[in-house]
Amino acid sequence: MTYLGAVTTLARKDLRLELRARDTLPAMLLFVLSTLVVFHFALPTGADEVAAQGLLWVALVFTALLGLARAWAPEREGGALDGLVLAPNDRSAIWLGKSVAVFVFLAAIELVALPAFALFFSPLSAAAVAGVLLANVGICAVGTLLAAMATASRTRELILPLLFLPLAIPLVVGGVGASVSTEPGRYLTFLGLYDAVFAILCWASFEYVVSE
Amino acid sequence: MSSGEKYVAAAYGVVFVAVLVYVAIIAAKLARLERETAELAELARRRSDG
Amino acid sequence: MLAALAATLVGIAIVLTFFVAPEDADQGISQKIFYFHVPIALTAYACFGWGAWKALRLLWTRGERYDLESYVAIHQGTIFGALTLATGSIWAKASWGKWWVWDSNQLVLFLVLFLFYSAYFMLRFSIEEGPRRANVSAVYALFGVALIPISFLAIRLAEDFIHPTTFTRDGPQMTGTMFFAFCVAWLAMSVLAYALYRVELLGKRLDANLRDLREALTA
Repeated sequence: MTYLGAVTTLARKDLRLELRARDTLPAMLLFVLSTLVVFHFALPTGADEVAAQGLLWVALVFTALLGLARAWAPEREGGALDGLVLAPNDRSAIWLGKSVAVFVFLAAIELVALPAFALFFSPLSAAAVAGVLLANVGICAVGTLLAAMATASRTRELILPLLFLPLAIPLVVGGVGASVSTEPGRYLTFLGLYDAVFAILCWASFEYVVSE
Repeated sequence: MSSGEKYVAAAYGVVFVAVLVYVAIIAAKLARLERETAELAELARRRSDG
Repeated sequence: MLAALAATLVGIAIVLTFFVAPEDADQGISQKIFYFHVPIALTAYACFGWGAWKALRLLWTRGERYDLESYVAIHQGTIFGALTLATGSIWAKASWGKWWVWDSNQLVLFLVLFLFYSAYFMLRFSIEEGPRRANVSAVYALFGVALIPISFLAIRLAEDFIHPTTFTRDGPQMTGTMFFAFCVAWLAMSVLAYALYRVELLGKRLDANLRDLREALTA
């Protein structure tokens, strides 16, 4: 099977599993909507529209964390990760396939979350949406790898946020900047840089994360 | 001491104390290692005799 | 020998700082903190880089010793990072009256890095000892050095909407003697870090050997 073929098959498997089980996506959806409502109460009156834009990113990061915690669950529960790793594919294909699946999940959530945000708080510029998409790539690439690391750990769900948040800070900066700044181009370029650097790093190092 | 001097002293003090604490930890570790080697030496002696 | 060198250098650095280098016109005596604070920060970066290099060697050659070397380097880096935050905070209080300022890019960067590397230890100690732990730690260490420049960029970019920069960063224009004192202090910190690194590595290797010995004897 070609590399891309393997990636597509793996991603499709994840998507099909989710469509059948329907446990992660609805939970993420409800979570992001509830978070947005909480933010309304968390923002004192007179708070900037700008502050609200920032909170969107908080909501997105934590919703992503929720989804990522379950990203490797099918493999873990079925013991399938060992089987996948032993297969003669380049192991980075496993990471790529999973990242693509997570990206699709996240994008699906955002299809609802972004309009909801625009409804509850303030409209989003095109740059903001571009920022969300670019940041998604980073979140999925890095998050998938970190989630795989977390499965090796005893404390699993507990440690994933600790690993993820420091790495998510640049993404938040890029995203918020794209949303509120008068020169979003700089921030979007920065997000692209982050994606490039970390995607390459993840792609190259994934096999070490899952092997002995 | 002017307040500026106080802060300078504080900063250098912090670094100094940190190094001291480190040395203390190492010293404790050395003591433990020494105890362990003595134990193991005893074990080895008993092994070779018995 | 190494420790003696470190001690001497630190001593010389202190003498230079307080007796030779002229006092800074703007900040007065609190500028003297700078002679330790910045070298400590630079040394921390160096430790993280060293740890990442050892991590790379581990993944490349699968040599077991690199795991411990990488770990100890990162441990030193984190300690020096914590010291950077502490001295930086004191400097902030001395210069600007508050214990924490988001304006200092270096401080913010170190905060992010400190969080990142603290998670390193949480990760490492929640995995069973063995090649898996070594590999995962190594990959994480590599992520760390990638994060350093990216975070730095991010923090710079964030200035625009977080805080307008009103202060120029550390590093007033240094005269010749000031620069010399600074370099000596930097050398001193580096040698100190290296000495501590060797000591800690020695201690940990001894530990491991003793454990193996104990297992062999009580088998």
